[in-house]
Amino acid sequence: MFADYSMAELGSIFVMQGFAGLILFSVFLLMALGLAIIFGQMGVINMAHGEFMILGAYVTYFTSQLFLNYIPSLFSIYFFLAMILAFIASGALGMFVEWAMIRHLYKRPLDTLLATWGLSLILQQLYRSFFGAREVGVELPEWMMGSIPLTDTVEVQINGLFVMGLTLAITIAVAVLMYKSSWGKQVRAVVQNRVMAGAVGINTERVDRYTFALGCGIAGVAGSAFTMIGSTGPTAGQLYIVDTFLVVVFGGAASLLGTIASAFTISQAQSTMEFFLSGSMAKVITLLGVVGILMLRPQGLFTLKVRR
Amino acid sequence: MADETERGLESSLRRKLLMGMAAIPAIALMPKFALGAGPATAEVNTTGLAVTDDEVTVGILHSITGTMAISETGSVQAEKLAIEQINAAGGVLGRKIKFIQEDGASDWPTFAEKAKKLLVNDKCASVMGCWTSASRKAVLPVFEQYNGMLYYPTFYEGLEQSKNVIYTGQEATQQIIAGLDWVNKEKSAKTFYLLGSDYIWPRTSNKIARKHIENHLEGGEVVGEEYFPLGHTQFNSVINKIKLKKPDVIYAIIVGGSNVAFYKQLKAAGIDMSKQTLLTISVTEDEIDGIGGDNIAGAYACMKYFQSLDNENNKEFVTEFKKMWGEKTVIGDVTQAAYLGPFLWKLAVEKAGSFDVDKVAAASPGIEFTKAPEGYVKIHENHHLWSKTRVGLAQADGQYKVVFETADLVEPDPFPEGYQ
Repeated sequence: MFADYSMAELGSIFVMQGFAGLILFSVFLLMALGLAIIFGQMGVINMAHGEFMILGAYVTYFTSQLFLNYIPSLFSIYFFLAMILAFIASGALGMFVEWAMIRHLYKRPLDTLLATWGLSLILQQLYRSFFGAREVGVELPEWMMGSIPLTDTVEVQINGLFVMGLTLAITIAVAVLMYKSSWGKQVRAVVQNRVMAGAVGINTERVDRYTFALGCGIAGVAGSAFTMIGSTGPTAGQLYIVDTFLVVVFGGAASLLGTIASAFTISQAQSTMEFFLSGSMAKVITLLGVVGILMLRPQGLFTLKVRR
Repeated sequence: MADETERGLESSLRRKLLMGMAAIPAIALMPKFALGAGPATAEVNTTGLAVTDDEVTVGILHSITGTMAISETGSVQAEKLAIEQINAAGGVLGRKIKFIQEDGASDWPTFAEKAKKLLVNDKCASVMGCWTSASRKAVLPVFEQYNGMLYYPTFYEGLEQSKNVIYTGQEATQQIIAGLDWVNKEKSAKTFYLLGSDYIWPRTSNKIARKHIENHLEGGEVVGEEYFPLGHTQFNSVINKIKLKKPDVIYAIIVGGSNVAFYKQLKAAGIDMSKQTLLTISVTEDEIDGIGGDNIAGAYACMKYFQSLDNENNKEFVTEFKKMWGEKTVIGDVTQAAYLGPFLWKLAVEKAGSFDVDKVAAASPGIEFTKAPEGYVKIHENHHLWSKTRVGLAQADGQYKVVFETADLVEPDPFPEGYQ
């Protein structure tokens, strides 16, 4: 398929395709970070993860409307405030859900699957009833649209760069929080041995609640960021849930590094194959590959070495 | 259980007989003028439909919950408006229309179940409903078995025809061919890149488009054809491929949430729609609401109706629609087609002089509706509509500007020869 093109054209396509892969990587990682905390650290199979993301997206939509109608002069920077609000809204909902539902199910991890799936249906219908069945269009400030031309043929999407930057910032923040702070130490202690952690004076219930809220809050930020590249509607969360679980499970549930590696592997494989094959085939082959590797390595790419 | 059903049948039979016998003297004594407004119920309803002296029941069957609620809401609104207008003008054969609404819940078996309920329990004289092809395929056997009448509003892939269905949207060849001819002539387009979501409608439509491009357009060539799973949200790779192949036209049949992602990413990748022609058959004004006018401005869409159509019927329709459902609502192609359903049924009933499904079906071909917002339409022998096809240019405010319309009505051809 490359016979008819000049070297320059091929070079620029190669660069842009590499960049497309990096954007996909950032998107996957951003989707998966929140779930990596909830599923990886707490073992809760949160099927409502997508709905927490969409709550963030709706918060972004309402913030943009608010700025458009009341303070249009500050519209160009509303997105940052929207992301913070999205974090707070999804985090608060997460905290409530943990208190009302999840904490009763810690001893029955498989039941969380059903319970959170039900929760996702409830949330979808709530969004539909309150925000309308139709998708909403989130308006973006001018500077976030379009692309920066690097050369005549190579163009770099601004919203792609934005997502990459955001993902980098959140990943570093999560890593620091989990592995450098004393709170992170408590979280990991609770994950490894709940009874012992309680015995040494860690308030395990509070740790659980904040961990769950943090995961949901990050999902909210991800949803907020994805208004730039995807749709915002009551059921849009469903678009992300499969890829999200794929990344987290493939990476090895309890490992942040694993999540990063797995997001990278899957995104590169998919975007390369999408270029050479068609969209549907790329997805099929990616899924087959993941299934194959998981059969050989059921624990995922990276695992924590823990004495059980 | 079996006993109960039998007893039920028996008693309903007895009741019918009794009622029939009771009616005999009445009919004998007081012929037609017994009822003020319309003809006698026994005359216009010989098959036991839910028709009384002053009311007739129809069904509305759409998804108001689940994924498809996004799309089907507009159809429900249009059908309710049409029914209200018909009632305000005196109803059908002197009877007011009463509707029973059921929710298909975006689930195809539920559609079939609710269709059966509307036909068997509620005895609806006709049903306005369905949106996706999958839901239509699910209810079709029900309508054929229990002899109901379905008015189906969506543009769809064709390859179907039933005595029990009137297709008020366009079938694929009606929608596709005129648009391709136009873009070939107007933009001298030769090379096409076909894109679609991965299910029956986009695949069948692209098949027809490919045949037409390769066999009927001078120098026409398809340089790529690709499908994406429903709900796909990452299009950067295919956008790069398009940049490499440089087609004259991107021909896109992407649906649902994917649509939003596709157009946003196209814009972000710096594809300028004023230079790169994009023709779609899947984005109505409804979808633009979610995509955002800025993201799609400059694209062309090919369908039979746009909200901006400049004619008296349409102006009145748009005003009435907004009065009933709010200033902010938009009206897309399917919404308008759904609006036609109740009127076409009313005209057929009046022509047949009866609510009986067989008579209505037989009377339907040749029915002309002059007050349609899209302009004059007529029902073909094959139960599809003759209609004009138009091309619209998307504006930043979310509306289309009509840039082309076929001179004559396009004949519906659900089983196109040479296109399969």
